[in-house]
Amino acid sequence: MDMADIKTPILEVNNLSKRFGKVEVFKDISFAMEKGAVMALIGSSGSGKTTLLRCLNFLETPDHGRISVHGNCLFDADDHSTHQEKDIRHKRLHFGLVFQSFNLFPQYSALRNVTLATELLAKEQPGYRTGKGQMIKDIRERAEHLLEQVGLSDKLNNYPHQLSGGQQQRVAIARALAVNPDILCFDEPTSALDPELTGEVLKVIQSLADLNTTMLIVTHEMSFARDVADTVAFMDSGSIVEQGPPSQVISNPKEARTRQFLERYLGNS
Amino acid sequence: MFWNVTLKLLEGFSQTLIIFGITLVFSLILGLPIAFGSMSRFKPLRWLSRTFVWAIRGTPLMLQVIIVFYGPALIWDGISPLSRMTAVLVAFIINYSAYFSEIYRGGIEGIPKGQYEAAQTLGMTKSQIFFKVVLLQVIKRIVPPMSNEILTLVKDTSLARIVAVKEIIWMGQEFIASRALLWPLFYTGVFYLVFCGILTLVFAKIEEKLDYFKV
Ligand SMILES: Nc1ncnc2c1ncn2[C@@H]1O[C@H](COP(=O)(O)OP(=O)(O)OP(=O)(O)O)[C@@H](O)[C@H]1O
Ligand SMILES: [Mg+2]
Repeated sequence: MDMADIKTPILEVNNLSKRFGKVEVFKDISFAMEKGAVMALIGSSGSGKTTLLRCLNFLETPDHGRISVHGNCLFDADDHSTHQEKDIRHKRLHFGLVFQSFNLFPQYSALRNVTLATELLAKEQPGYRTGKGQMIKDIRERAEHLLEQVGLSDKLNNYPHQLSGGQQQRVAIARALAVNPDILCFDEPTSALDPELTGEVLKVIQSLADLNTTMLIVTHEMSFARDVADTVAFMDSGSIVEQGPPSQVISNPKEARTRQFLERYLGNS
Repeated sequence: MFWNVTLKLLEGFSQTLIIFGITLVFSLILGLPIAFGSMSRFKPLRWLSRTFVWAIRGTPLMLQVIIVFYGPALIWDGISPLSRMTAVLVAFIINYSAYFSEIYRGGIEGIPKGQYEAAQTLGMTKSQIFFKVVLLQVIKRIVPPMSNEILTLVKDTSLARIVAVKEIIWMGQEFIASRALLWPLFYTGVFYLVFCGILTLVFAKIEEKLDYFKV
């Protein structure tokens, strides 16, 4: 790895805008992330955090702006060759998304939830016909390892309805990691959980941060954001109002809007 | 006497089973394209599918049987009419495809968006998402309404007698005219009960098989 590699941000978002009809969700959003960085995105309800994550995961199409990963432009609103339906599927793999509501596949065991996508992707590889047995075995082993990493080695064969919310969310994290995304996004990963279950999920995310997983985390857990993130960005009515290390944005906000927002959330953290 | 009646009724019941079986197979299949039509993003197709379903569900099956049997000859002079059985089958298949298509549509539309989105973010193709993620969940959701509709079909076959197809009720009724016997008609009920009983067991078995997960 030479110096140029280290300096290129893993994710670059430039002037991204998105509207739904008359509603302008966000405008001119720009930020960059280094490999291994953890960014927490905070902001009040309706400020556009979910929509931003959905744009990065190609679940929504931005109206303006660019998204680049490793210096390669994946999406440019002005360049229609980057909008091709057939390429989008592979571009999505640069990002992972952990949903607020888990969205595990109910008919599959925890282990199968984690292996499914990887197995389907393996089928597209040239060596699949000959190396099938070994590939499937490797995928399975890796899935078991991932589930162990999120503390669920004893739940491999449980179906989602047999797991608590916190366990389901941890399976969802393992599932997202299975396809090796460059950037793992979380959309309020604990807000659908009972308070006593949030800790186990936050601990898993913290452990991923310790392993230098690049993560973009939308959260309302301020103390967690302070502990886990290198950078905190505060979003309000469609723009990033303030961005910086947690010691600044959360503990010493410059902007009045950030202060107001944090005052309301102080009780939660 | 009882044995003779039983044989005659069985003869009628074989017609009943033919109507049931053929209608079931073809409308289960035909219901699918109609369901996809009703959900299509292409407006004219969606409109066409939904109008078809509305028209079929909005009129009695008995009337549809009559129209298919007598209609063509009224419109085109000299066209040879469909056989009675064919007319019944055509009307039944059209009718039940419409009902099944609505059950399919309900099942597919009931799958949360998050299931598709989770699969998409994992890089699955549209067809992988349908076959590997959505399909089994849809099947689980539609088994109960499907069971209901199929039991209704068993009993609807009796409408075929309106164009003189000799299904079991027709056979039972014949004993009133020819021998002044009423009980054979009542006796037909036993055949329906036994058959529906068997189907109910089959459906229960399928539901049990899909019981290992929750949607
Ligand atoms: N599919 C959509 N169609 C129309 N408007 C939408 C759609 N999705 C989101 N919006 C609107 O966009 C705005 C931003 O929504 P978004 O869900 O991104 O906010 P958020 O910051 O995630 O809020 P929360 O903290 O409540 O999750 C809201 O005003 C919302 O009503
Ligand atoms: Mg949100």
